[in-house]
Amino acid sequence: MPIRKVMKANEAAAWAAKLAKPKVIAAFPITPSTLVPEKISEFVADGELDAEFIKVESEHSAISACVGASAAGVRTFTATASQGLALMHEILFIAAGMRLPIVIAVGNRALSAPINIWNDWQDTISERDTGWLQFYAENNQEALDLILIAYKVAENEKVLLPAMVGFDAFILTHTVEPVEIPDQELVDEFLGEYEPKYAYLDPARPVTQGTLAFPAHYMEARYTVWEANENARKVIDEAFAEFEKKFGRKYQKIEEYRTDDAEIIFVTMGSLAGTVKEYVDHLREQGIKVGVAKMTVYRPFPIEEVRALAKKAKVLALLEKNVTFSVGGALFQDFSRALINESEKPKIVDFILGLGGRDVTFKDLDEALAIAQKALNGEAVDEVNWIGLRKEIL
Amino acid sequence: MAVRKPPITTREYWAPGHAACAGCGCATALRLATKAFSEAMEEKYGDPNAFAIAQATGCMEVVSAVFPYTAWKAPWLHVAFENAAAAASGVEAAWKKVGRKGKILAIGGDGGTADIGMQALSGMLERWHNVVYLMYDNEAYMNTGIQRSSSTPYGAWTTTSPPGKYSIGEDKPKKWVALIAAAHQVPYVATASIGNPFDFVKKMKKAAKVDGPAFVQVQCTCPTGWKSPLEKGVEIARLAIETGVWPLFEIENGDIWNIKIQAPGGGAKVKREGGRVVAIEFKKPIEEYLKLQGRFKHLFKQPEAIDVMREQIKAMWRTIGVEVTLPKPEE
Ligand SMILES: Cc1ncc(C[n+]2csc(CCOP(=O)(O)OP(=O)(O)O)c2C)c(N)n1
Ligand code: SF4
Repeated sequence: MPIRKVMKANEAAAWAAKLAKPKVIAAFPITPSTLVPEKISEFVADGELDAEFIKVESEHSAISACVGASAAGVRTFTATASQGLALMHEILFIAAGMRLPIVIAVGNRALSAPINIWNDWQDTISERDTGWLQFYAENNQEALDLILIAYKVAENEKVLLPAMVGFDAFILTHTVEPVEIPDQELVDEFLGEYEPKYAYLDPARPVTQGTLAFPAHYMEARYTVWEANENARKVIDEAFAEFEKKFGRKYQKIEEYRTDDAEIIFVTMGSLAGTVKEYVDHLREQGIKVGVAKMTVYRPFPIEEVRALAKKAKVLALLEKNVTFSVGGALFQDFSRALINESEKPKIVDFILGLGGRDVTFKDLDEALAIAQKALNGEAVDEVNWIGLRKEIL
Repeated sequence: MAVRKPPITTREYWAPGHAACAGCGCATALRLATKAFSEAMEEKYGDPNAFAIAQATGCMEVVSAVFPYTAWKAPWLHVAFENAAAAASGVEAAWKKVGRKGKILAIGGDGGTADIGMQALSGMLERWHNVVYLMYDNEAYMNTGIQRSSSTPYGAWTTTSPPGKYSIGEDKPKKWVALIAAAHQVPYVATASIGNPFDFVKKMKKAAKVDGPAFVQVQCTCPTGWKSPLEKGVEIARLAIETGVWPLFEIENGDIWNIKIQAPGGGAKVKREGGRVVAIEFKKPIEEYLKLQGRFKHLFKQPEAIDVMREQIKAMWRTIGVEVTLPKPEE
């Protein structure tokens, strides 16, 4: 029987790691995800998790050790955020290029400068071109579930890519919610043992990993990472379906909420989706036709699902906690790519908000809604809008 | 008829066909190191192949693993420039967890060890991973075209320490990573040289057999970066030992006060107290070592720079508890 416990997302991530039974964990503390390695060390200390836990001297070594262990053929795990993820940056490309199914839990946090420990998505968004799969959790339950799903997808032979699961700093990492902890036997059935087909460092069958490639081969190697990302689309759907069958919780790359007759659809990720769902309920009471689309999977970018979504609305209002300077938000770029050649497409209006832990309130959402409604009425609006900006202190 | 046993195994792990320059001393070092490792694994675990290699970016990596080829006959992994020690930590942890017996050999150049890889090395040693870290010290970043590292000796020409009107070449003394490694109080630290291959092999075997982390810093020549004759690598390395430029020592269990200094040969007179080397009177001037290498050519026009070098070498020996006298060449 699954048990329910009240816990923070950090603990949920540690529980997910425990259930997935990685053989090697390497981690270095950073706010807001410090509790993840702390909790895991308790599991290891109490013998509840039988793993080697390497207490590395930096995130760079954490991910490097994960690459070493994964290349030696075992399941690995680490957790980080913000500057820690940025310090891993170089090795993230290597992990993906070497097709190693490492999983990282990320407590999504803003990047310096100025130093700021609170939530936005800039850390993981900045790693969107590394080849890693990216999942975003709305709540603590999703943080746990998506880590298990991440392993399932990452280790699939058609994928073999590393994956990161983001959950918002403090809003989730430090907030307690009831979380259902699935049965170990069911998780074992769901994940199975990781049996690497190519990555092993076994003296009985020596392989060379991490070679140099000349121009004659590099592009093909990069293409395989592209192809693996493409393959992941279907594998993710299958993993979601299997997860639902086993554990009863349904996931979709893009989860829609009250979108059926919506004229304006707010698109967002992570915990903000929860806020916006409530906001939409409140608008619906006033008869305003709005809905929410939550991106659970951000990489591979769900292009087909975005196209289907776009058919439903007249305006897509993107709510993003990240910036791609001089362009807008990352979602804005991605949505533009998905829709540019569609014959009929909604207007896309981009909103940047909630950076560095700034609360996103109904008042902020009202501001966004007003702009989206103008767009709906055919009035000219800015493509990119900073919401909740305190212009008076600029 | 009695067949003489070869002095070292005929097994090869670093196979011919790699793309190192002709006369590369580092290639020699890696070949010997892996053979020594294999012997140690055979003696320790009964399996000569019970090891894997994690190697840093650098000359020895790019010349040995060009897709779709490989010069490696052992499990081998390259991740990046600065993280051979961290990657080796991960491999070691994985082996421990799955119960695979054997040892991990981490390999890095002086750049990947003394500079950018220093932190990962320190972490690996301090966490007590069962890894031997081999620093092949060709005293510059060769792979990127001969730039100085913190292990480049005083006076040497490199492309980023060029001699000029206001420059003598590299103007800082060499950083001795072996002493930094020893400060971690690990079971085994040694310096070695391809100028004394038997000693190098012996030390690699010892390093491979200890339980816990070990560090070996081997000087190996680079004819390309040192501008030295292709065929004189071993001779130059031997001269480094015999003139006092390259000390050979061992430090066990982090006992820096019990550092084992080896007699250099080349006619040097060694003074011992209670079995311990306290003074060495070298007979060959360092000029004999310097003059075979184009990287020091400019110094001969400024002999006072060679005197500075002599003082630095003395200071380094003093750090390890030995008073040395270094002769000047006879006029
Ligand atoms: C982070 C990073 N910075 C710089 C480089 C470029 N780089 C590759 S090898 C190398 C120098 C290697 O020098 P060393 O470790 O002494 O080995 P050698 O080439 O002499 O064998 C440099 C600077 C890199 N690969 N990664
Ligand atoms: S440049 Fe030097 S170290 Fe590199 S392969 Fe050539 S000789 Fe060896």
